Amino acid sequence: MLTETWVIYDRQIRSNIRNPVWVFFGLTQPILYLVLFGPLLTNVSGGGLGGDESWLIFVPGLLLQLTIFGAGFAGFGIIQELREGVVERQRVTPAHRSALILGRALSNTVTIGVQAVILVLVAIPFGLRPSWWGVVVSVVMVSVLSLGLAAASYAMGLILKDEDSFAPFVQGVSLPLLLLSGVFLPMTLAPAWLEKMSQANPLTYVLDGTRSLFAGDWGARAISVGIVCTVVVTVALTWWSARRFQRLSS
Amino acid sequence: MIEVRGLTQTFRTRTGPVDAVKGIDFEVRDGEILGLLGPNGAGKTTTLRMLCTLLKPTAGSAVVAGIDVSGDAREVRRRIGYVAQVGAVPAPGTVVGEEIVVQARLQGMSKADAQARMRALLPSLSLEGFEDRALSEMSGGQRRRFDVALGLVHEPKLVFLDEPTTGLDPQSRANLWDYIRMLRDERGVTIVLTTHYLDEADALADRIVVMDHGSIVADDTPDALKAQVSGDVISVAVDGDLRAAERVAADVLSPRTSTIEDLGGEGERLVLTVERGDTAVPVLLRALDEASLPLTAVEVRRPTLDDVFLAMTGRSLREEGS
Repeated sequence: MLTETWVIYDRQIRSNIRNPVWVFFGLTQPILYLVLFGPLLTNVSGGGLGGDESWLIFVPGLLLQLTIFGAGFAGFGIIQELREGVVERQRVTPAHRSALILGRALSNTVTIGVQAVILVLVAIPFGLRPSWWGVVVSVVMVSVLSLGLAAASYAMGLILKDEDSFAPFVQGVSLPLLLLSGVFLPMTLAPAWLEKMSQANPLTYVLDGTRSLFAGDWGARAISVGIVCTVVVTVALTWWSARRFQRLSS
Repeated sequence: MIEVRGLTQTFRTRTGPVDAVKGIDFEVRDGEILGLLGPNGAGKTTTLRMLCTLLKPTAGSAVVAGIDVSGDAREVRRRIGYVAQVGAVPAPGTVVGEEIVVQARLQGMSKADAQARMRALLPSLSLEGFEDRALSEMSGGQRRRFDVALGLVHEPKLVFLDEPTTGLDPQSRANLWDYIRMLRDERGVTIVLTTHYLDEADALADRIVVMDHGSIVADDTPDALKAQVSGDVISVAVDGDLRAAERVAADVLSPRTSTIEDLGGEGERLVLTVERGDTAVPVLLRALDEASLPLTAVEVRRPTLDDVFLAMTGRSLREEGS
């Protein structure tokens, strides 16, 4: 099972290395927000914004954006593989079904981890002065989260089977989740009804956790809540995806 | 090697249930090549997918290489090789040698064994030197041989090939046919292949199962199928009135069918179907001579599988093949 997961992971990573353009492609959106939108926040006041402090709020949001879109769109890859017959021929081997999906999702974890580090480095010249240990823990958190999200995305790709139905589904799920987590501005600025909705979104707690980590606020309860949320969401999504994958290939 | 009993697959669709495979029975013996023949949508691929554990049967049973597919599916997968229909153009970044090694490792081989096997397999399929080649740079024939290599990495004794030569040029087809025959003759591999090409089933298969609309309409050797359905076809031209010749033939041969075909520039021919062409020709020759209608041309041909399919389903396979 471990060997099988490694074999699949290794295959995906090799293919990513041969097409590094995808690693940068996934980064363009968050970097554009960082460069063309982020600076506006340094002149806004309220909700902890204003000056260089804004980056401690905004960069964790971009990390979450990177994770949700990067891992969420992973399913496109498996739709292509389905068409090439790769999924089929891996299914006729005795390999564990969960290894086939875990190996793939792990490769996304690594890609997103690398992208997250690049994104943080790009933010430094703009005035990001975070707690470095907090950044390390945050990058680990979003990488772990991306495992669950990517696995779920692969399972949905297999269920929907074509890009035309998969694309609107991913957009329809990821964008509301992202906005409701308070990705661009903290939810403390939100009207009461929006804040309530935001509290129902587990990703809100992940983001609050990484913001506290960036700020180096180690005593904050948000950190432990965020970590627990990350683990629970990842375990739940990975378990569900592995089961779907099992069912889909009997 | 395979024993199928009452195998059924019903798909649920928006417009209601669709019976893709309707309770079929057949067997495959060790070391034979079985051809599953039928038009698109006949249920060939669905049957194959059930036998390969890719699809759970709705009902019925299939024992493949000694194991029930509804039981220990992993063990079945260990014992079989499966070559799917031609897939879409592969994404750049996948390399021939690596893909074969990945496949072998998923079959449980160690890295060293997998690599050794890959190096041995490539030349046997005329793919020497392709180890580092990107999949996207291969021709149709090379790609198909690569697909076959993937199905054979773990040296299974039973191999399923889904439309192995669809879309190949005649040369590549012939090469792949030779390789498939070699697998049976030299390695004793049992092979099940689906095709909608009559000539392919005729050339390769020891036995043919003809499917149509999810049911088996025939199961026999190619020769027996041809003999059983249409007998032999005799086509004659005479120096004189062809209608008179038709009456003579009807008296002495009592043919199953008798038609006069217009061949355009070559004039008309009398086309007869009889049980056995070889014994019918001398009789016909003598009778026509006595009636002063001397033969100017005669042709005896065995019926093709297309004639078989036409007789069994009322439709020609050629109209639906691609």
